[in-house]
Amino acid sequence: MASDAVLETKGLTMRFGGLTAVKNFSAAIPRGSIVGLIGPNGAGKTTCFNMITGFYKPSEGQVLFNGADITGAPPHRVCRSGIARTFQNIRLFGNETVLENAMIGCHLRQKTGWWQAVLCLPSNRREERAIAERSRELLKVVGLQELAGEKANSLPYGAQRRLEIARALATRPAFLLLDEPAAGMNPNETQELMGFIREIRRSFDLTVLLIEHDMKVVMGICEHIWVLDYGEMIAAGPPEAIQSDPKVIKAYLGEEALAHA
Amino acid sequence: MTWAMFVQHALNGLTLGSLYALIAIGYTMVYGILRLINFAHSEIFMLGAYFVLWGLTLFYLPWFVAIVVAIVVTAAIGILVDRVAYRPLRDAPRISALISAIGVSFFLQNLTIVAFGALPREVYRPAWLENPILMGEVRVLPLTLFVPTLSFLLMLGLVWVVYKTKPGLGMRAISKDIETSYIMGVPVNRIISLTFGIGSALAAASGIMWALRYPQLQPVMGSIPGFKAFIAAVFGGIGSIPGAVVGGIMLGVIEIMAVAFFPDLAGYRDAFAFILLIVILLIKPTGLMGARLEDKV
Amino acid sequence: MGAKTNAILNILAAVLLGLFIWWAEENLDGYMIQILNLIAVNIILALSLNLIYGFTGLFSLGHAGFMAIGAYVCSILILAPEQKEMLFILEPAYDWVQSAQAPFFVAVVAGGLAAALFGVLVGIPLLRLGDDYLGMATLGFAEIVRIFAINLPRVTNGALGFKGIPDHANLWWNFGWCLFTLYVIIRLIRSNSGNVFKAIRDDETAAKAMGIDVFRQKLLSFALGAFFAGVGGALLGSLVATIDPKMFTFVLTFNVLMIVVTGGLGSITGSVLAGIAITVLLEWLRFVENPVYFGDWELPGIPGMRMVVFSLALIFMILFRREGFMGKREFSWSWAVGRFFKKAGRHGI
Ligand SMILES: Nc1ncnc2c1ncn2[C@@H]1O[C@H](COP(=O)(O)OP(=O)(O)OP(=O)(O)O)[C@@H](O)[C@H]1O
Ligand SMILES: [Mg+2]
Repeated sequence: MASDAVLETKGLTMRFGGLTAVKNFSAAIPRGSIVGLIGPNGAGKTTCFNMITGFYKPSEGQVLFNGADITGAPPHRVCRSGIARTFQNIRLFGNETVLENAMIGCHLRQKTGWWQAVLCLPSNRREERAIAERSRELLKVVGLQELAGEKANSLPYGAQRRLEIARALATRPAFLLLDEPAAGMNPNETQELMGFIREIRRSFDLTVLLIEHDMKVVMGICEHIWVLDYGEMIAAGPPEAIQSDPKVIKAYLGEEALAHA
Repeated sequence: MTWAMFVQHALNGLTLGSLYALIAIGYTMVYGILRLINFAHSEIFMLGAYFVLWGLTLFYLPWFVAIVVAIVVTAAIGILVDRVAYRPLRDAPRISALISAIGVSFFLQNLTIVAFGALPREVYRPAWLENPILMGEVRVLPLTLFVPTLSFLLMLGLVWVVYKTKPGLGMRAISKDIETSYIMGVPVNRIISLTFGIGSALAAASGIMWALRYPQLQPVMGSIPGFKAFIAAVFGGIGSIPGAVVGGIMLGVIEIMAVAFFPDLAGYRDAFAFILLIVILLIKPTGLMGARLEDKV
Repeated sequence: MGAKTNAILNILAAVLLGLFIWWAEENLDGYMIQILNLIAVNIILALSLNLIYGFTGLFSLGHAGFMAIGAYVCSILILAPEQKEMLFILEPAYDWVQSAQAPFFVAVVAGGLAAALFGVLVGIPLLRLGDDYLGMATLGFAEIVRIFAINLPRVTNGALGFKGIPDHANLWWNFGWCLFTLYVIIRLIRSNSGNVFKAIRDDETAAKAMGIDVFRQKLLSFALGAFFAGVGGALLGSLVATIDPKMFTFVLTFNVLMIVVTGGLGSITGSVLAGIAITVLLEWLRFVENPVYFGDWELPGIPGMRMVVFSLALIFMILFRREGFMGKREFSWSWAVGRFFKKAGRHGI
């Protein structure tokens, strides 16, 4: 399986001063799968994302993407190699329109630069038109085409989350990391989100790793689940196995719950 | 260079350095609490000196009284500046308050020009400050001993306030976490005012001693010492009071020594500090004694 | 409104400006023409700072430094060799300074390029810094430039500076450069590269996650801004005919910052309008500082008053209207035409 892993981490460790936020995190993500990363608050999930996407330099360990070592590469390089992410606390370009947000995601793969734009070269105009077109299509995928001209920070919460995903897709990733995509969504929106994640995996040929506290989402769409507690992976496996794993129940609910169960 | 000359330069450096340190304390305290570079602080320094001149020439106050009054008035102006120009911007983007501070700096400087004229004013120095003291081969002006001593006493007083009194505890709490301090019932605004008051009083003291040491007043006289004191604060680790003191003294000594050892570079004297600033910001932005702040993503 | 109509209206506006300049040269006195020239230069400077700070979010206080570099480079290139021999009385100029010569246009471009080069050189180390530290460090850079200008007499003639710089910078050149700056910055800001600058301003972390090489983009914006600041400095030098290190103090940067903040960070229209308004006000307030005569009776001028008023205005602006007069809004023809017809319609019926 490891040979067809999109992403492999080997002994990733992150220390902040005296605190070890993530310890010896080793895992492989099969190509085309949807994997869930769960764990109680402060378990180190977001820190794992930050190490994979280059925002934190791991204290120890390696990140391999399609077999290539990307440990310690700066975030923009990581993104260029085909990894996109969203943020737990939404980070849109608030003063820009919804369409511009998506277009900014396309900049990474844009060939013509600023001076072609200044010179009004046809190549640039053609490319920018194509980018606007593609961005509109992406907005359609997440159902925001009607709001293309609105300022991003004027959108409702759920729409902001979807725009973040559209923007991530605009970078043409092969591997998408979603940090609590369902946070703040109502049950209806959550239901839609689940179908939507499956849909984009298919149509964009993605592998997805997601952090989520909503167990319905995790159990509903993930094929594999990893469980972190105090920075350590305490369990890994398919949803059914995780649901009945005593260590997981203990981590989430404490000793007593286990006794009662 | 003879031994005597070296000692003399060292003492001069110490004098200049303690003047920088007194100003730097104001920068560092305000930055520690509000994350604001109080750009107007250099004008507070300048005003301290001008108020003494005013007290002496306009109201014929005795020296001692003029100095005390000047320090009190300057401290009040420091507090007023915060009230009027910074407090309404506490929730604004950080740079807004900095722009406001730049505005206040120009305002105070030019108001002084309006009030006193742009031309330099001579300061009369009491005679006992003029006669050099001979210590072996070392000739020192009384001020060269007096300034570091007095600065040292003032700093001791400050340390006492910050570490031994209740308002001092409040200051330290706010600089750790302003939000939590509000919730915990720390009188945040009052303590911020106190911080501005103390910082401004120390800057005024520095300005007055500066005027005695270099007896010429000019409305723009605060700019360069102010900027250098800011650099000293960064050098020592902004937010740290001991850092500001060490940074200020080191900057003063380095500056005097550099000119003493490389007289050819005297023209670049003011550039040293700026180059130092850039170098520190690049290799150790937290300074000598500052704590490291991680960016959370 | 279609792109064609827009283009036609733009060209029309440029032609009108040309006609106005042609008329102004014939009919206005020297003082008025000087103010018009200053307006053009100040708009260039404000646009360049707006690109750096308003659009990319880099709080730079180094404008005076870039302007000084542009002004010195351009002046050295346009001063005649005989003039230079007369000027350099402290120490003779280096041979390359003495012999350097270029036509005005080339000299201005060279001034801009030199400033941009320095922009890159100081940007590489400094642009890693966050907002307020970046401001202080760039201010430090501007002061260093000034100190070097004083201490390199064989290049800059030290504290004496240059006098009698040829006054090539007439209305045509100044407004020509102004339009060019406007064109470049509008094209840039409207393109996806402009979106990237704004993304960095809004959220640097998110921009990195979008695969944007934030540092490179910052450097680009900073260097382009420095280029136009250098151009502005070059034109200013030729316009006022005298430059020396005392001219390039922080006040110069302050004035540009004032225009940008008043007009609105991130509004090109704002920079243009505020550039006009503040230049006029700055000149008008000069009267306050000069004595006024009523017959024999003299009301003394108040030195310093002008900057008192201006610094107060800046404080008021930042306290009560932080987004500036325009916010991030821009002028557009469809808006103007819409306004016009609404008004006309109301009167007509
Ligand atoms: N930049 C940082 N500096 C210091 N400590 C950090 C930093 N980033 C994270 N931590 C600490 O690491 C630990 C793990 O944090 P992390 O954000 O990864 O948790 P999480 O599993 O995502 O939690 P949540 O479900 O609440 O989002 C926490 O104790 C947190 O305080
Ligand atoms: Mg998290």
